Amino acid sequence: MNAAGLRHERRLLLRRLALSAPAMATLAVFLLVPLGIMLLVSFLQPGDYGGVKWGEYSLEAYVNFLYERDLDDSLVFNTDYLQIFQRSFWLSVLTTAGCLLVGFPTALYLALQSERRRNLLLLLVTVPFWTNLLVRVYAWILLLRNGGLVDSGLEALGLVHGGDLNVLYTDVAVVIGLLYTFLPFMVLPIYTSLEKLDWRLVEAAYDLGATRRQALRRIIVPLAMPGIAAGTILVFIPSLGNYIIPELLGGGKALMIGNLIQLQFGTAHNWPLGAALSFALLAFVLLAMLVYSLRFKGAAAGGHP
Amino acid sequence: MIRRTPLALSALFAFGLAGTAQAAGTLHFANWSDYFPPELLKKFEQDTGIKATLDAYESNETLLAKLKAGGGAYDVVVPSDSFIQIMVQDGLLQPFDTSKLPNLKNLKANFQHLGFDPEHAYSVPYLWGTTGYSYDSQKVPGGALEESWKPFFEPPAELKGKVVALNSIEDLYIAASHYLGIDQCTEDPKDAKKVQDLLLAQKPMLAMYSSDGTIERMAAGEVVMHQQWNGAYHRAHAQRASLVYVYPKEGVHLFIDNLAIPKDASNVAEAHTFINWMMQPENIAAASNFAKYNNAVEGSDAFMDKELFDDPAINTPQDKLARLKTFELCSPKALALRSKVWTKLKK
Repeated sequence: MNAAGLRHERRLLLRRLALSAPAMATLAVFLLVPLGIMLLVSFLQPGDYGGVKWGEYSLEAYVNFLYERDLDDSLVFNTDYLQIFQRSFWLSVLTTAGCLLVGFPTALYLALQSERRRNLLLLLVTVPFWTNLLVRVYAWILLLRNGGLVDSGLEALGLVHGGDLNVLYTDVAVVIGLLYTFLPFMVLPIYTSLEKLDWRLVEAAYDLGATRRQALRRIIVPLAMPGIAAGTILVFIPSLGNYIIPELLGGGKALMIGNLIQLQFGTAHNWPLGAALSFALLAFVLLAMLVYSLRFKGAAAGGHP
Repeated sequence: MIRRTPLALSALFAFGLAGTAQAAGTLHFANWSDYFPPELLKKFEQDTGIKATLDAYESNETLLAKLKAGGGAYDVVVPSDSFIQIMVQDGLLQPFDTSKLPNLKNLKANFQHLGFDPEHAYSVPYLWGTTGYSYDSQKVPGGALEESWKPFFEPPAELKGKVVALNSIEDLYIAASHYLGIDQCTEDPKDAKKVQDLLLAQKPMLAMYSSDGTIERMAAGEVVMHQQWNGAYHRAHAQRASLVYVYPKEGVHLFIDNLAIPKDASNVAEAHTFINWMMQPENIAAASNFAKYNNAVEGSDAFMDKELFDDPAINTPQDKLARLKTFELCSPKALALRSKVWTKLKK
């Protein structure tokens, strides 16, 4: 390669760097720097009333995650935080499964409509985002509470007799709230992959004698897999760290990871533990993603299984 | 009525000077949201010629973070008793120039010396309240409950699922330690365990832990008993006359929110003028009437709304004053025990 060509190459490289610089800088400033600070905080001693003691390093926060000091100062295995993680995990799994169950047929229905109707319906899916989440969660409190719309509606239909519904301030209410909040995040990615679907493949399946169920299972679902994978991730991860819904609909009786972390930065005055819990959550999410990507290898990349 | 004339005159006077009084400066006041009547700020501007702005924050933690960030954005803030010592230790508040606060003498006798700031070197009470509990006398067995924490922590079986505790480790732990007769700042894990056992036994009886919407919940009759701040009770009681507020005989937490000047305040002279002005009975009474909490200024009674002043939950009767327990700053070790109990309670 001659000198001119080399210079040209270098100029191209520089231009590419310059073009990607804003994105890289944004990532560095808004993702890596805060993460770095949190990582540092998690290895420091907590300050007496919030904050940290800079320069005093300690592994205490990570030890505290699994162990507590007994009366005689010996370390005892302590599952409190693990139990909170486990509860968050199962509630998020339930939420994700529920979203998939409701979201997939919705997305399929959307994809089968005429273009005009489709746009209208898509707009309707996004309508909830037009108002504040807090307002909508409060609306759920009114719906779910004893003597609320759901309770009196079921009573009027004769489905339940007497007594209270007693759903509000339970884990059931939390899952309903999470499902409601994150449903659009499941519908939209699945819709996106179904919209691009080549329906001639489905016709071909019919021609080859497939039943409706077989066509759905062997053609449509596999082709929608990238959307399902994306939707699952978009629902599962924010559910795991959600803070406001368990607080309001769960009646504050049981913590989820988000509430636990908030507590450490608030009244518990233990920032390092809060930071360490955040990293435990991050590790947990990465692990779940890894398992998921191994299990559904190729699907997330858009390939056929 | 007699007082009104000089006030109106002084307002006119201030107005007249407004053109020339530009030098009187500005004041940036930050307070909890919905805790200060905006009209009162206008009156302050008229009285003094100082241009004032009002900012709101949601929690002591938020305020602490803002003060730590520095920048001198606020000249007067309203931290709770629990945060005064922490803020003083961290060098975030500046000592008063008491020569500029002649109205300090207006403080009621039982507010002259407070544990968290004995000489009022950094803070002066704004409004105060108590954290007791309330119940609906029409829905409890027998129509009345004893004035103790017992019915709240060990409710009768009929009230299962109809009791709400505040969703705050501090409020619940302090009440429980009063009930058990334990030092609220105990560093002894065995004492903390007793609190934990009490709270764990109470949990199945509770509808929820929540510090939001306490007024609506009691006013609508959604629940029968609620750990509650007295000002919130007062508002709920206005909508449902059968509600009763309890000062438990074992002791009830007295909280005081305080006016203070941040270390890096930009308008220190105006801040002193404002605090002194707030210590005038008619001005602090306006704040009480708006926020529905009592104040600590002698002579303000005459300016308080009658139904507020006549409510024993707000205007604590003499024989119950001894039940009020002021805030104590606990050691980090004691606070760590508290959060441990909280995590165990909610795991």
